[in-house]
Amino acid sequence: MTVLDRKLIRDLLQLKGQATAIVLVLACGVATFVMSLATLRSLELTQETYYEQFRFAQVFAHLKRAPKALAERIAEIPGVDRVQVRTAVEVTLDVADLAEPAVGRLISIPERPTPGLNDLYLRKGRTIEPGRRGEILINESFADAHKLGPGGRVAAIINGRRQILEVVGVALSPEYVYPIREGDIIPDDERFGVFWMGEPGLADAFDMEGAFNDLALTLEPGASEAEIIQRLDRLIEPYGGLGAFGRDDQLSHKFVTNELRELRGVGLAVPFIFLAVGAFLLNIVLSRLVAAQREQIATLKAFGYTDGEIRRHFLKFVGLIVAAGVGLGTAVGAWMGWGISGFYARFFRFPVFRFRLDPSVVLLALAISASAAMIGTLAAIRRAIRLQPAEAMRPEPPASYRPTSIERWVPRTLVSPAGRMILRRLGREPFKAFLSVLGIALSVAVLVVGNYTADAVDDLMDFQFHEVQRHDLSLTFVEPTSARAISEVRHLPGVIRCEPFRAVAVRLRSGHRTRRAGILGLEPGTRLYRPLDASRREVSLPERGLMLSTKLAEILHVQVGDLLTIEVLEAERRVYRVPVESLVSDYEGLSVYMRRPALNRLLREGPTVSGAFLSVDSARSAELYSRLKATPRVASVSLKRAMLESFRRIIAESLLKMQSFVAAFAAIIAFGVVYNGARISLAERSRELATLRVIGFTRGEVSAILLGELAILTLIALPVGLAIGAGFAAMTTQFYDTELFRIPMVIYPTTFAMGALVTIVSAIASGWVVRRRIDELDLIAVLKTKE
Amino acid sequence: MTRAEPEIGPGTKGATDAGEARAPEFQARGITRVYRIGEVEVHALRGVDLDLFEGEFIVLLGPSGSGKSTLLNILGGLDGPTSGTVRFRNHNLTSGDEAALTLYRREHVGFVFQFYNLIPSLTARENVALVTEIAASPMSPEDALALVGLSGRMDHFPSQLSGGEQQRVAIARAVAKRPDVLLCDEPTGALDVKTGILVLDVIDRVNRELGTTTAVITHNAAISAMADRVITLSDGRVSGMHRNERKASANTLTW
Ligand SMILES: Nc1ncnc2c1ncn2[C@@H]1O[C@H](COP(=O)(O)OP(=O)(O)OP(=O)(O)O)[C@@H](O)[C@H]1O
Ligand SMILES: [Mg+2]
Repeated sequence: MTVLDRKLIRDLLQLKGQATAIVLVLACGVATFVMSLATLRSLELTQETYYEQFRFAQVFAHLKRAPKALAERIAEIPGVDRVQVRTAVEVTLDVADLAEPAVGRLISIPERPTPGLNDLYLRKGRTIEPGRRGEILINESFADAHKLGPGGRVAAIINGRRQILEVVGVALSPEYVYPIREGDIIPDDERFGVFWMGEPGLADAFDMEGAFNDLALTLEPGASEAEIIQRLDRLIEPYGGLGAFGRDDQLSHKFVTNELRELRGVGLAVPFIFLAVGAFLLNIVLSRLVAAQREQIATLKAFGYTDGEIRRHFLKFVGLIVAAGVGLGTAVGAWMGWGISGFYARFFRFPVFRFRLDPSVVLLALAISASAAMIGTLAAIRRAIRLQPAEAMRPEPPASYRPTSIERWVPRTLVSPAGRMILRRLGREPFKAFLSVLGIALSVAVLVVGNYTADAVDDLMDFQFHEVQRHDLSLTFVEPTSARAISEVRHLPGVIRCEPFRAVAVRLRSGHRTRRAGILGLEPGTRLYRPLDASRREVSLPERGLMLSTKLAEILHVQVGDLLTIEVLEAERRVYRVPVESLVSDYEGLSVYMRRPALNRLLREGPTVSGAFLSVDSARSAELYSRLKATPRVASVSLKRAMLESFRRIIAESLLKMQSFVAAFAAIIAFGVVYNGARISLAERSRELATLRVIGFTRGEVSAILLGELAILTLIALPVGLAIGAGFAAMTTQFYDTELFRIPMVIYPTTFAMGALVTIVSAIASGWVVRRRIDELDLIAVLKTKE
Repeated sequence: MTRAEPEIGPGTKGATDAGEARAPEFQARGITRVYRIGEVEVHALRGVDLDLFEGEFIVLLGPSGSGKSTLLNILGGLDGPTSGTVRFRNHNLTSGDEAALTLYRREHVGFVFQFYNLIPSLTARENVALVTEIAASPMSPEDALALVGLSGRMDHFPSQLSGGEQQRVAIARAVAKRPDVLLCDEPTGALDVKTGILVLDVIDRVNRELGTTTAVITHNAAISAMADRVITLSDGRVSGMHRNERKASANTLTW
C-alpha cells in the first residue's frame, strides 16, 4: 500500500460518519435497483424457460362447439405450428371447507400424457389413468388453499348433477402461472380452481364427443400473429368462435407481464432519487475535502505528484465509498430480492422459481452508481487538479461576506447577531443551500410517494368495493336466460335485493384499433352496481349508447359522439355501430356499460339476462350458498367479501412491507443530508465557533448558530418535499395507468404528516449528533491548528 | 549578528557574473512576475537575471515582499514567470508545459516550506515515504529521518511533533530523494536558535555530502555566512550579490 493510500484511508476514517451516511444513501438506491432488476431477471428467465419447455401457446380461442376435424383445417393455416383443441368449461364446486360455492375450470387432457401445448408439470401425485372417469389433476394454488392433495375429493356440479371428483395429482400449467379468473383483478385461490380431466369423461359429461370448444396454437417463427388470428376467426366463426387472441390478452400472461413492467419501473425510477442524493452528498463532502486539503494537494504537487496521481487519489476516495455502497446495497438488495421472490413464488406458480442474483445486474448497479458519483464529484476533483501549487501555499483569504437581501427587509432589531450570521451564510452560498433544501425535500418526497401507493390502493378498494360494487355476491348463469330465472333467484333464501345484468363479450373496433371487452348491461336505476366517476359522483347510464372507461376511449382513440363498431362474440356474431354517449374514469379493467334494455334491443333479443348482483342477509347466507351450489342454472358465484379479503392479504404482504423499507430509506436520506450539512458547517466554522466560545458564548448559543441554519433549511424543505412528493405520486399514477388498473391520485393527510415527521425526527437526530460534537469542541486545539 | 554580516560589493547589478568557468545549472534571464488582482497589478519580480551553479549554496536575502518566494517558486517549477526564461540543465522551465514541470519537480527538486506543509494524516516516516515512493534512487525514509536526528520519532504524527521537529521532517522529506536542487523558503523562520542551527546543519551537510545545489531564503542575515553566494532582492530586482571566501559551518552561527 502506498503512503498516499494510507492517507486516503485515514481521511476516510476521519470522515467516517459522513462517509457512512453517503454509503447508506447509495446502498438504498443500489438495493432497490438490485432487488427489482435481479428479481425481474429471475422472473423473466424462469418465465421464458417455463414457456419454452412446457410449450406455452401463442394464440388462444374459445368457441361454442366445433368438430375435431376443424383442428386439421386450423393447422393448415400458413404459419401455424401446432394446434391443441380441448374442452374447457366452468362449473360450480362444492368444496368441503368452504360454505359458499367455488368455481372450477375443467379442462380436458388426453388420457395418456402426450406432449402437446400448455403441458402440465406434475408437482405431486400421478397423472390420470386411462379409463378412470372421475380422476382429476388440480392446480397448485387451489390445492394449497384447501390443503388438497392426491387422494382428496372435490364435488362439482356437472351438468346439473353433483359429481365427486378424485384428485390424483397437483399440477402447474403455463396458462395459469397467475391463476386468475376472467373478470377478477386479483386471484382468489380458495374460490377458483383449475382442474384437468381425461378427455372422454369430460366430453361425455358435456356432450362434446368428437368436438371441442377451446383451442390453443403456436406459430412458426416469423409468422404474423395478427394475420393468423384473422384467418382463425374466419374458420371458427361458424362454430360460435369468441374471437381469438394472442398472449398479450392471455390473462395470466398479461398479469405477469404487467408485474414485470412494474418491477422494471420501480427498479429504474427509485434508485435515481437515491443516487441523485448520493451524488449531491459526495459533492459537498469532496468539495469540502479538497478545500480543506488545499495545501496538502499543493505540497503533493510541489513534490512532483502528477495531476493523474492526484486525480486517482480522490477518485479512490470516491470509489471506496461507492464500492461500499454498492457492496452493502447489493447484499441488502439480494436479501430483499430473495424475500420478494418468495412472495412472487406464492402468487406466480412456476415449477421452479429461484431468486438468482445476475452478476450483470450488480455490474450495472456499480456502473450507474459510479457514474452518479462521478457526476457529483467531477467539479471538486477538477478543482484539486487545477490548484496552482504556488498559489495554494498561500493562506486562503477570508471568505467575503455581505449583508444579504433578506436582511434589508427585516429590521435589524428583529434579528439577533446569531440570526444574522445564519442569514449571511445562507445568502453567501444560495446554491448550496438550495441543494440542501432539495436533498431534505427528497426525503420527504420519498416518504410521501412511498405511502401514497398504500393510500391509493386503500382508496381504490373503498371506491371499488364499497361505492361501485354494493352487492354481496354476483352470479352468472350457464347460458343467458330469460328474466324469469331472476324471479327464482329473488326468492332464494336470504336474498334482499337482486338486480339482473346482461353481459356480452364483444370486440370493439375503431379504425384499425381493436380491443376485446365485455359490455355490461345494467338495470336502469341500479343500486347494487353503480358506475361512478373519479370524483365518486354517480353517472347515469346513457339511454341508448355506450358508456366507456376513459382508458378504453383513450386506447381506441374515440370520443363522446363517435360511432364504435361492435362485433358480438356470441351466437350469430353480428356487427353493430353504436355511439359512445359518455365516458367514466374508473380504475379497473376496460369497462363498457349500457342499459340492459338497450343492450337487449341491440342484440335483438327479449329481456335476457346473464347473471345478477345480489345483496344478501348475512344471517341466511349459509342457506343461500348451499342452495346456489345445487342450482344447475348458476354457473358461478363470486363473493365480494372474498375478493376484498384476498386483496387485503396481498396488499398486506407486498405494499405494507415495502412501506417500512421506504420509511427507513427516506430516514436515511434525511439523516444523510442533514448530518452531512451539519458536519461540514461545523468543519468549516469550527474556528469561528471556537472563537465565539472563547469570547463567552455558551454552548447553547453556539449550537443555535449552527443548528439554526439546518433548522431553517429543514423547515423550508418540508413544503417543498410535500410538493415534490405529490409530483412523484402523480408520476406514479401515470405509471400505473394500464389496461388492468388505474390508481387514484389520493394522498391522505396522514401521509403528508408522516413524511414531515420522519424527516423532522431524522433532522433532529443528526442535529443532536452534531450538537454533541460542538460540546466536545476542543477550543485550544481548534484555534491552534492551521486549516 | 555582526560576524556574518553580508558585505555587498559595489557594482554587483546582477547575479550572473559569478566568475565560474563551468556552465551554470540554472540560467534565469529577464524574469518578471506580475500578479493581477482585479484592476491592481503587483509586480513581484521586475526582471531578474540569475545563474546558479551545480553544488552551489546560495542564500536569498531581502525585505518582505521583495519577491524571494516568487523567485524560488519559479526556480522550483511551482510557478511560471510572466516573462523571461529559466533553464535547468537542458530543461526549459518556461515552456508552459505543466507535465514537464511536474516531472522536473519529481526528478530534481526538493522543497522545504516555511510552514513545513507536512500531511497531517501521515506519520513522519510516511511523510518522507510520500516522496521516496516516487523517486528514482531515494534513500530510505529511515535514513533520511536519521539524518535529521529523528530516528526515535518516526511513527509520530505531525500533531505530535514540535515545530522544529516538523521542520526537520520536512527537510528529511526534501532530501530523501537525493534531489539535484534543494529549495528552502525560510526553513528556520519559526524556530529557536538551537533548532534553527540543527536544521541548517542538515541542509549544509546535504549540500556538501550530496553535492546538492541549494538555495535558502531567509530574513536572518546571519545565515548568509554559510553560503557560497548571497543574493539580495529588493522590490523585485537583484540588488546585490556577495561571495563568501570562506563558508561558515552551521554550528558556528549565532543570532
Ligand atoms: N498569489 C499572489 N497574488 C497576488 N500577489 C502576490 C501573490 N503572491 C505574491 N504576491 C505579491 O508579490 C509580492 C512578492 O511576494 P513574495 O511572496 O515573493 O515576497 P517575499 O519576498 O517572499 O516576502 P516574505 O519575506 O514576506 O515572504 C508581494 O507584494 C506579494 O504581495
Ligand atoms: Mg516569502
